Amino acid sequence: MSEAISRQIDRSQMTVSDEVAIQINEMNKWYGNFHVLRDINLTVNKGERIVIAGPSGSGKSTLIRCINRLEEHQAGTIVVDGTERTSDLKNIDKVRSEVGMVFQHFNLFPHLTILENCTLAPIWVRKTPRREAEETAMHYLTKVKIPEQAHKYPGQLSGGQQQRVAIARSLCMRPRIMLFDEPTSALDPEMIKEVLDTMIELAEEGMTMICVTHEMGFAQAVANRVIFMDQGQIVEQNTPHEFFNNPQSDRTKLFLSQILGH
Amino acid sequence: MSETAYVRTEMIGQKPPPAGQSGPVLWMRKNLFSGWFSTVLTLAGVFAVLAIIYWALPWFLHGVWNAKSLGECRQIVAATWGENASGACWAVIRERWNQFLFGFYPSDQYWRPTLTFCLMIAAVLPVLFFDNRKVSQWVIGTMALVGALVFYGLSTPAEIAIQIIAIFYVIFVLAAVAPRRLLWVTALFPAAGFWLLWGGSLWTPVSVLVGLGLVIFTLSAVSARSGLLWAGVVAFALFVCLFLNPFRLAESLTSMLAYLVTFGQWRISPSFSIWIGGTDITGWLPLHGFLSSVLQSLAPLSLPHVDSDRFGGFLLAEVIGVTAIVVALPLGIILALGRKSDMPLVKMLCVGFIEFVRGVPLITMLFTASLLLQYFLPPQTQFDLILRVIILVTLFSAAYIAEVVRGGLAALPRGQYEAADALGLDYWQAQRFIIMPQALKISIPGIVSSFIGLFKDTTLVAFVGLMDPLKGVTQIVRADINWKGIYWEPYIFVGAIFFIFCFGMSRYSMYLERRLKRDHR
Repeated sequence: MSEAISRQIDRSQMTVSDEVAIQINEMNKWYGNFHVLRDINLTVNKGERIVIAGPSGSGKSTLIRCINRLEEHQAGTIVVDGTERTSDLKNIDKVRSEVGMVFQHFNLFPHLTILENCTLAPIWVRKTPRREAEETAMHYLTKVKIPEQAHKYPGQLSGGQQQRVAIARSLCMRPRIMLFDEPTSALDPEMIKEVLDTMIELAEEGMTMICVTHEMGFAQAVANRVIFMDQGQIVEQNTPHEFFNNPQSDRTKLFLSQILGH
Repeated sequence: MSETAYVRTEMIGQKPPPAGQSGPVLWMRKNLFSGWFSTVLTLAGVFAVLAIIYWALPWFLHGVWNAKSLGECRQIVAATWGENASGACWAVIRERWNQFLFGFYPSDQYWRPTLTFCLMIAAVLPVLFFDNRKVSQWVIGTMALVGALVFYGLSTPAEIAIQIIAIFYVIFVLAAVAPRRLLWVTALFPAAGFWLLWGGSLWTPVSVLVGLGLVIFTLSAVSARSGLLWAGVVAFALFVCLFLNPFRLAESLTSMLAYLVTFGQWRISPSFSIWIGGTDITGWLPLHGFLSSVLQSLAPLSLPHVDSDRFGGFLLAEVIGVTAIVVALPLGIILALGRKSDMPLVKMLCVGFIEFVRGVPLITMLFTASLLLQYFLPPQTQFDLILRVIILVTLFSAAYIAEVVRGGLAALPRGQYEAADALGLDYWQAQRFIIMPQALKISIPGIVSSFIGLFKDTTLVAFVGLMDPLKGVTQIVRADINWKGIYWEPYIFVGAIFFIFCFGMSRYSMYLERRLKRDHR
C-alpha cells in the first residue's frame, strides 16, 4: 500500500494551530429508522490532516458529507469556521463555498470545459471578474500539472486527470478546509499515485484536510491523526504511528489485518 | 525454449485490415441478403416500392396545372394521355394556394403575414444556431433575395415593398456585422408580429414594450440593490397597479358586494365583467392606454385591422404552433422543476396540473376554449378565440414538455447536484449552469417530438370552427362547385407542407444533438 508514496515529504509547513476549524458535538444522524451516525464528537484544528478509515457502511462518507451539509444531521451540532450548520439557507451556501469537497466519482460538469468547470463557482458565487477567475484557475491547473488540458472537456481526460481537475476546481474557491471522499477509489492503480501526489502537495502547504480513504500509505505519510469508524461511531483515533503499530480495539486490529494482511 | 516464459522484444505496429472487409457487394450481402428470410423481405420491399411508383408516378406526371375546374382537368388528361389515363389536378392548388396559406386574410394585405414569417425566421435563427452565426447570415441573405421575389409575386404596393426590402437589408447587415445583435430582432419580434398580423395602431405594441421594459428595468434595479425578496414585492405591486388596476378592481368588487347585499344572490356584476373581459387583454394597463392614444394622436401610424376570424390555413397553424412552442418550453421547464420541488404546495400544484392536462384530450380543451369559457366569462367579453386556443394548446403542450424534461432531470447523476451544491452554487445557479444544460440536452428528442406533435395538432382547431389548413380550408375548397370531388391533391399539398416543417424540426434536433455532444464517449 505504501509504495504509492515514494518521495520525501516536506513537513515544514505542516503545522497544527490551536485554532479550531471544525467542531462536532454529540452529532447523530438517521436515514429513516437506521441510525447511521451515533454520538460523533470530533474537533479538527486548523492545519490538521485527518484520515478516516473503516469498513464500508461505517458512516465515514456520511460524516464528511454532514460537514458540508450535503446530508442533514438530526441531533447535535457541527460548527465549521465559527458558523453552525443549520437549515438556514444563506448560511449553507456561505459555508459550502468555504469548504472544498472532492468526490469519489469526480463529479466534473461534462458539458463545460476544464477551465469553465474551474471558473464557474468563483464567477457566480464569489463574483470574481472572469479574467481574474481564469488566472486563478490556470494557476491551480498548473499546480495539479494539467494546464494544457484547460480547453478540453472532462470526457477527454483520464480518471486521474479528472480527479486532479476536481481538486483544482475546489481550490479555485480558495477553501480553508478540504474534504476528500474516497478520492482514489474509482481510479486505476496507475492513476492513484498522481492524485495522491497532488493531495500531499496540498498537505505540505498547510491545508486543513479530512480524507476518507483506504490508502494507508497516504495516512502514514501525511496524516497527523487517523480515525477508525465502525457502525456509525468513532471506535479509535490516534497518531498514524500508534494506530498502525499499536492498535487498541479488536475491531481495529481485525480491520488492519484485513487490509494490510497480504 | 520454454513454453511458460516469454518476453516480447519488439512491439507490433498498426496494420491495415485484411482485404474484402468493406465494399458495396459485401455491404449488400451483410444487410440485404444475409439469409433466406431477409432475402425474401428485401425482394418484397423492392416489389412494393416499384408497385407504388408504377401506380402513382403516371398520376403525378400527368398532372394538370392550368384548368378552371376539376372537369376541365379530367378533359385535359383524357385528351392528352388517353381515355383511361389518370392524372393529378394541381390546378386547384394553383388557384387556391392563397387560401391554403392565408385563409380569408385580405388579399391586398398578404405581404403582412409573409413579412411576419420572414421576420420570424430572422428572429429564431440566432437562437437556434446560437454557436454558428454564419448560418443566420446565409439564411437571412437568401431570405432577403427570395423574399423580394415573393413580394413581387404577391403584387405588394411598391412603396411597401421598398420598405420591406430595406428592413431585410438592415437585418442582413446586422447579421453580417454584429450577429449577436440579431437577438434584438428576436426580442422585438413578438410585438412586431402581433402588430403586422392583426394591424391597428403601431403604438399599441410599442407602449406595451415600453411598459415591459420599465417593469424589467425596475425589477433588475431593485433586485441588484435590495435582493430578490424586494424585487418580488415590487413585481407584485407593479402587477397589481398595471394589470389589475386597483381602482377598477375596488369599484368592481363594491358593485359585486352591492349585488350580493341587495339581491341576496352571488352573480357577477356588469362592471366586474367589463373589468375581467376588457375589450382586449392589453387594455388592462391604464398607462398603456394613455400612452398609446397620445402617441397615436401625435403620429398616426397604423395598419388596417384584420379580424381573427379571417385567419386560416398555414398562417393559423403557424401562429398557434409557433407561439405555443415558444411559450410551452419555459413553462414546461418550470413545471418539471416544480414537480421535483421540496415545497409541498408547489409540488402538489404542478403534479395536479400536469396530470389533469395529460388526462384530458386536447379536443376537450379546445371545446373548453371555444364554448365553456364563454359561459364562465361575462357576456361583454370578447376574448379572442385564437388567443384562447393558443393559451390552451400552450398549457396542453407544457404538461407534456414538463414530463419530458423531468425524464432528462432524472437521467442526471446525483453527483452533479452534489458537486454544484458543494461549490456553493444556489438553486437557480445550479439549475441554470449545471442541471438544465445537461437535462435539456438529454431531452432534446422528446421535446422536439412534443413540438412536432403540437404543430400537427394545430389542425384540431378545425373542431372549434377555425380554418385549419387540413380540414377547414380543404372543406371550403371542396365545397366549390368547380372543385367538387377533388380529393388527393389538396391533402397531398397540405401534407407536403406539414412534412417540410416537421422534417425540418426533426433534422434540427439531430443537428443540435450532434452539436452539443460533449461527453466523448
